[in-house]
Amino acid sequence: MKARIKEIIDKYDTDKGFLVPILQDVQREFNYLQREVLHLVSAFLEVPISQLYELGTFYKAFSLEPRGRHEMKLCTGTACHVRGVPLIKDNIGRILQIQAGETTPDLEFTFETVNCLGACALGPILVVDGEYHGNISISKTNKILKKLGKKVKIDEES
Amino acid sequence: MAEMVTLSIDGREINTPAGTTILEAAKDANIYIPNLCSNEELTPYGSCRLCMVEIAQGKRARLVASCIYEVADGLEVKTNAERVLNVRKLVIELLLARNNKHPALRKIADELGVEETRFPVEQKGCILCGQCVRTCREVVGVSAIGFSGRGITRKVATPFLDFPPDCIACGSCVYVCPVQFIPMKEEKDVRTIINFDYPMQKCTKCGRYFAPIKQLEYFSKTTGLPLEHFETCVDCR
Repeated sequence: MKARIKEIIDKYDTDKGFLVPILQDVQREFNYLQREVLHLVSAFLEVPISQLYELGTFYKAFSLEPRGRHEMKLCTGTACHVRGVPLIKDNIGRILQIQAGETTPDLEFTFETVNCLGACALGPILVVDGEYHGNISISKTNKILKKLGKKVKIDEES
Repeated sequence: MAEMVTLSIDGREINTPAGTTILEAAKDANIYIPNLCSNEELTPYGSCRLCMVEIAQGKRARLVASCIYEVADGLEVKTNAERVLNVRKLVIELLLARNNKHPALRKIADELGVEETRFPVEQKGCILCGQCVRTCREVVGVSAIGFSGRGITRKVATPFLDFPPDCIACGSCVYVCPVQFIPMKEEKDVRTIINFDYPMQKCTKCGRYFAPIKQLEYFSKTTGLPLEHFETCVDCR
């Protein structure tokens, strides 16, 4: 772990100015910004740990909690909202048994809502591991989840 | 000698070195501008927004935070224009929504003629002026605390909300806080800040507990003097 972090930091010439890109790379490598990792970065760069914590909590792209293997982002922008996203959100939440913004305990899924993906004509939109699914419905989300290996109880009507 | 600039504040002509802020210039001229986040020991930050003033250079007039706006030649500053007072009233109402009890905030509210805030009071206590964070970083030099989150979840926090490893228990954050938000107490051999305990050093001569061990270790590290030198209190040294 230590060697890998050193490698990443060396890539940026141990320059404190590249704090955000360094943390991005570190997060990509270790899935999330765990405590020990941040402490190591702090020691290598001679940046106080409080400053790293500040950055880690400020940017949404950073996570101090473990992330799931699959990342689901549901758009809750106005256009998606009026086309029924609240129901879809409840459905995903019920199947994964988590609230939006949480990760399943088995670390398979992280489910988040975002405010607008800028593709309103395709709404409602669900992004799964970087892949955009437009015009989704409850039955479509069920199919997507099934494909990812989640056992979905078939609803009476969908 | 720094270059001098001439500006007017509330109609009074003032001469001041270039590079000073409007707030400092006003202070030197005995003109009162309310503020909560400025501190002459710290770099200006501009977070409380109470020091808003109206500036005019030529035709256009606009509002700026005087603590972070540098003086310029021919600047016309109004600290009491109606527009300014309206903004300040709003700002103090917003601050009261975070803390409507503290006398320092109450005093400023009274001066502005604000009795109660129109916003729901959340009683968070902290007004996020950042003086503690900046003091820890700039004056003490350890940066043990920082902000966490942003927007409505922004707050002053120790890393991971845990025992801060860099903290030397000096209590500067407690001292500098304008609303006494950070609690500190001392009981015999332990100093408690928030809910973190720091053991105190007993003076090797008089036996009085006089300073946190961590702070003395920090002194020893920064001055290069042996730790034993600091294990005796100032009175006995």
